Amino acid sequence: MLIRKAAAIPSSEITPKAIYLNRRNFLAGAAIAGAAAVTGVALRDLAAPALTAHANTKIEGLQKSSFSTTEKETPYKDVTTYNNFYEFSTDKEGPSDLAKNFKTRPWTVTIDGEVKKKQVLDVDAIMKMAAPEERIYRHRCVEGWSIVVPWVGFSLSELIKRADPLPKAKFVEFTTLNDPKQMPGQRISVLKWPYVEGLRMDEAMHPLTLLCFGLYGEVLPNQNGAPLRMVIPWKYGFKSAKSIVRIRFTGDQPMNTWQQAAASEYGFYSNVNPNVDHPRWSQAKERRLGEFTKRSTLMFNGYDQVASLYSGMDLKKNF
Amino acid sequence: MKLRLTKIAIFLAALIPLARLVWKYLHDGLGANPIEFITHATGDSTLILILATLSITPLRRITRQYWLIGVRRMVGLFAFFYGTLHFLTYIWLDKFFDIHEMLKDIAKRPFITIGFSAFVLMIPLALTSTAGSIRRLGGKNWQRLHRLIYFTGILAIVHYAWLVKADLRKPIEYGVVLSILLLYRVGVWASEKISEKRKQPAIPAPAASRTEATKA
Repeated sequence: MLIRKAAAIPSSEITPKAIYLNRRNFLAGAAIAGAAAVTGVALRDLAAPALTAHANTKIEGLQKSSFSTTEKETPYKDVTTYNNFYEFSTDKEGPSDLAKNFKTRPWTVTIDGEVKKKQVLDVDAIMKMAAPEERIYRHRCVEGWSIVVPWVGFSLSELIKRADPLPKAKFVEFTTLNDPKQMPGQRISVLKWPYVEGLRMDEAMHPLTLLCFGLYGEVLPNQNGAPLRMVIPWKYGFKSAKSIVRIRFTGDQPMNTWQQAAASEYGFYSNVNPNVDHPRWSQAKERRLGEFTKRSTLMFNGYDQVASLYSGMDLKKNF
Repeated sequence: MKLRLTKIAIFLAALIPLARLVWKYLHDGLGANPIEFITHATGDSTLILILATLSITPLRRITRQYWLIGVRRMVGLFAFFYGTLHFLTYIWLDKFFDIHEMLKDIAKRPFITIGFSAFVLMIPLALTSTAGSIRRLGGKNWQRLHRLIYFTGILAIVHYAWLVKADLRKPIEYGVVLSILLLYRVGVWASEKISEKRKQPAIPAPAASRTEATKA
């Protein structure tokens, strides 16, 4: 019996990589041109998203941080496809797709309120205020799941010091961009937009409190709160405002969006606390993404160094 | 023949959600939180099948396709099947058979309590779904017992609404469908009552007044 071996393809017939890549570019170009011809959209506009997509850009000169955990990092894919970002969608799988063309440049942040240097800062200027650090933090969602993320940023205190708050400033309030055109989730009044979060001044000044603009060594993907977000690792995730356009210093405690939505369920502090349950579900345990069994939730998400901020406070009342 | 083919089609269709989960599991498609995905998917399927079960009676009356009654048991049993899977995901993948934790949860968490009740109410219906049970219970009693599905439906939707954080759109959508299906029954019941009442005075009424009525 004769079994013929499949003839090896002579290397002369293999298309060189450069050419087939070119061909792909050509096809993509043709497709764009075709689409433009049909829809009447200028080619320039179609090409624009590629120019404004900053994600996947490496951040140079990353410093290590002693605050980093050595726990296993949650895979990049999970961190960037499982997102609670209601401005785009209430489905966790939604934002990674819906935020694809979100414009993060030009982007300015207004610093105002009880502060000496009221100003409007460009996000690129903010990113250069201090050396970027990689901080591998545990991140616990109020829903009962957790991840470990290598964030990039520096302590918020760096920005606060430069803004020079007045003695009257007792709280810091963060406001997320309000742009229903770009953020489809804002077309539905699931929450009151824009999203507002806040911290007490001493919480905001704590070195763990991170002003974040990257993860996994790269510029923050849009769905993770680009271009600038907060990361407060001892609080439930919703305390960490995303896509920030305003940082306001106030004398009064800000009304944060989730507290406004359901004051009996979400407080101003929202510290991770296994002993204080959400009225509808337990906070004693959490599911670390990628793990099969649940693990016990730690007080302050394991960041005991913040305990002194709350000494003498009844954390059951001030949940 | 029509019934048999419909039954086969429904049987296969009802297995699609399960097949989808298995396929996604095998192709790494359950996302970052597979257990949550499975919990939500089985919950959704249960609710949809409960609504499907409840829509068969209105459908067969409105379309006069009375043979459709023949598929109701199967749809109902599939609702119970997915409800069981949903419950199993909870006791296994969420609570890891920790009975103590479960009892605490059921007592303390309204949305768990309600979901659990919805499931428990389905058990007698599944157990008495055979033709023999209908004979033993008698048609009237059997029908009365199986009205429990109305409560299962209501509880299941409250269970859903109670667990979401802010976005109530989906539980509301399901709730609207359930309301329509239940209101249809209220409507049928009310119109039967009214026609009964109309009939009652008609019997003792003398012939004269009846002719007068037709004149007027």
